[in-house]
Amino acid sequence: MPKPPSSHVPLWRRPAFRALIIQALLLAGLVALIAMMVGNALSNLEARGITTGFGFLGERAGFSIPQTLIDYSGDSTYARTFVVGLLNTLLVSGMGIVAATIIGFAVGIARLSPNWVLARLASAFVEIFRNIPLLVQILFWYFAVLQALPSPRQSLSLMEAVFLNVRGLIVPAPVPEAGFGLTLTALVIAIAASIGFALYARRLQARTGKALPVYWCGAAMIIGLPLLAFVVSGAPLSWVMPELKGFNFRGGVTVIPELMALWLALSIYTASFIAEIVRSGIQSVPKGQVEASRAIGLSSNITLRKVVIPQAMRVIVPQLTSQYLNLIKNSSLATAIGYPDLVAVFAGTSLNQTGQAIEIIAITMAVYLTISLSVSALMNVYNARTLIKER
Amino acid sequence: MQGTGADTLVAARPAPDSRHGVVGWMRTRLFNGPLNSLISLVTLALLVWGLTPLVQWALIDADWLGDSREACSGEGACWVFISARFETIVYGFYPAAERYRVDITLALMAATIAWLAIPRMPARRWVVVFALIGFPVIAWLLLVGGVFDLPYVPTRRWGGLMLTLTVATVGIVGSLPLGVILALGRRSKMPLVRSLCIVFIEFWRGVPLITVLFMASVMLPLFVPSEVEFNKLLRALIGIMFFWSAYMAEVVRGGLQAIPKGQEEAAKALGLSYWRRMGLIILPQALKLVIPGIVNTFIALFKDTSLVLIIGLFDLLAIIRAGLTDTDWLGFATEGYVFAALMFWVFCFSMSRYSQYMERRLHRGH
Repeated sequence: MPKPPSSHVPLWRRPAFRALIIQALLLAGLVALIAMMVGNALSNLEARGITTGFGFLGERAGFSIPQTLIDYSGDSTYARTFVVGLLNTLLVSGMGIVAATIIGFAVGIARLSPNWVLARLASAFVEIFRNIPLLVQILFWYFAVLQALPSPRQSLSLMEAVFLNVRGLIVPAPVPEAGFGLTLTALVIAIAASIGFALYARRLQARTGKALPVYWCGAAMIIGLPLLAFVVSGAPLSWVMPELKGFNFRGGVTVIPELMALWLALSIYTASFIAEIVRSGIQSVPKGQVEASRAIGLSSNITLRKVVIPQAMRVIVPQLTSQYLNLIKNSSLATAIGYPDLVAVFAGTSLNQTGQAIEIIAITMAVYLTISLSVSALMNVYNARTLIKER
Repeated sequence: MQGTGADTLVAARPAPDSRHGVVGWMRTRLFNGPLNSLISLVTLALLVWGLTPLVQWALIDADWLGDSREACSGEGACWVFISARFETIVYGFYPAAERYRVDITLALMAATIAWLAIPRMPARRWVVVFALIGFPVIAWLLLVGGVFDLPYVPTRRWGGLMLTLTVATVGIVGSLPLGVILALGRRSKMPLVRSLCIVFIEFWRGVPLITVLFMASVMLPLFVPSEVEFNKLLRALIGIMFFWSAYMAEVVRGGLQAIPKGQEEAAKALGLSYWRRMGLIILPQALKLVIPGIVNTFIALFKDTSLVLIIGLFDLLAIIRAGLTDTDWLGFATEGYVFAALMFWVFCFSMSRYSQYMERRLHRGH
């Protein structure tokens, strides 16, 4: 059918024309808004005597931070403060992700257990912890539990090596001596060899159908080889035991209570969400898949590993990614209990000292945005690789 | 029976495997096999070991009556701390003589929500309109005052549960329509509209809410003319609304993607305009599909209202926290936080249960 001549339709009723007008108006509005905001910001900053720009990053920060992964003192610059905060954020996020994944998978699988008590206990765990705000949980662990621990003199101790008190958790510190490098080298070689072996096993199975014990061999190599190197080189590792000197402990590694509270709360809160994701993932695998694999004579172990888990992971992984991102973002609540994360030391103390609100908030947001977008990108790649190939 | 006589009838035997009654239930659910029995015993032991002191502390040894610290025996929880401060926990610093206004608002809100929540109530469509437009206006006039001879109460005196509910309600009522618009914009064919929506959504979803609140409290005042007085609560509300509308947009987008293309094509064939197609055909179906996701977002929003304490607003949690620093009541952190947790839990848990109920009710079996 020929198109009706466009001259019959008035100009303002044509979709293309309308779209153009709408977008032009939108753009004009946006530009006007930004211009207004920039104008206001400039005059407001001038009125308050704040200089703009990133020059403040090179200035002396002049405040101390209770936990730093790199050298830091009051004489360090704001740029170094930023790095310290970022590293602390990454530390607690990394620890949280590992713990939340382990607890979450355990609880999620427990919820599906045929054992009534275990399943109910797991449901109760999920229903309690995911319906209480994370901030309440952080404050609870910090003020109600960890602050109620005994003083260093009355510490709870485990075999006189690990101590728990109101100042934190103190564990022995490992000190590598000369020759420890050999053990590390052995570990790297073992990991590389396991990966190579896994690839070879996969090719072999694709060609001949013969399955090699990949997991056992990998585990044996990764544990055995460094252990061997460690023993051969004469166990070059000593431990500095924490000792009570006066009112506090000397030696050992101290996990500050702020980090413990944040880690506990983040792990448990996120685990309650991961548990639900794991449960829904496993339940999403059609029952027929399990029945079919039983029917062709696969053992329940193989059924789980080769049929159920791969299909469940397709449902689990994208949601798991969002939970990891939430955990990283939620670690910013550190500021409520004074754990020195990026938001606390940079968007908190540094901002208050310099007044550079726009620059500091912009940098902080950019950091989280970068982490979020790059983790999503990575997980999207993984997701695309594991998608079910359909015609 | 093939001709056997009545005298040869075999006596009735019990069913081969007892699956009924308490014993049978325990046999199938708790003790089927040695491993399961072991798990059951260990879990039960852990449960008894963990729950007994908890119940002892929270209920049996607890102190309930009194109005000062002297009423606390120190053996169990001292709920006197909560009851003595209950008024502040609910109303914040709202003037005592004006608290009836908060009561009216809360009652009106409860009635509206109950009306909407019960499927059998009549005229629910009009109640939705009231809840989205009428109620916020009435609530605002009642709470702020300054009209109809009601004394003016500035928002900095708001606090406690009342502030938590205000933030949550405004957040929910504001982020849903904004999220719908963003979701529609993200699927628009106009490249500028689409990319603006994508940038908006990805930006707000990529940053923590707390930095949004910081931005609202320290950066936003720089962007408006210095003459404009921009109150703290309003700034926080704008931040929360933007942040959650991005999440809402993604939930709604999921629903829109699930609607078969034929629906839109059929609506087009009927000659409906874009807004009618969306408003009458597509959105009602899409929103119904994603009710669980929307309620999940509401729950998350409700929980995150607690973050306003970081920028110095006195919500439920902040009020309880402030009570803990009161020199008359030092050392009641556990009671305070347990109570705060319980309050939030009750709201969130009921929302999640209601969403599951709606999901079952709306399930059409396909």
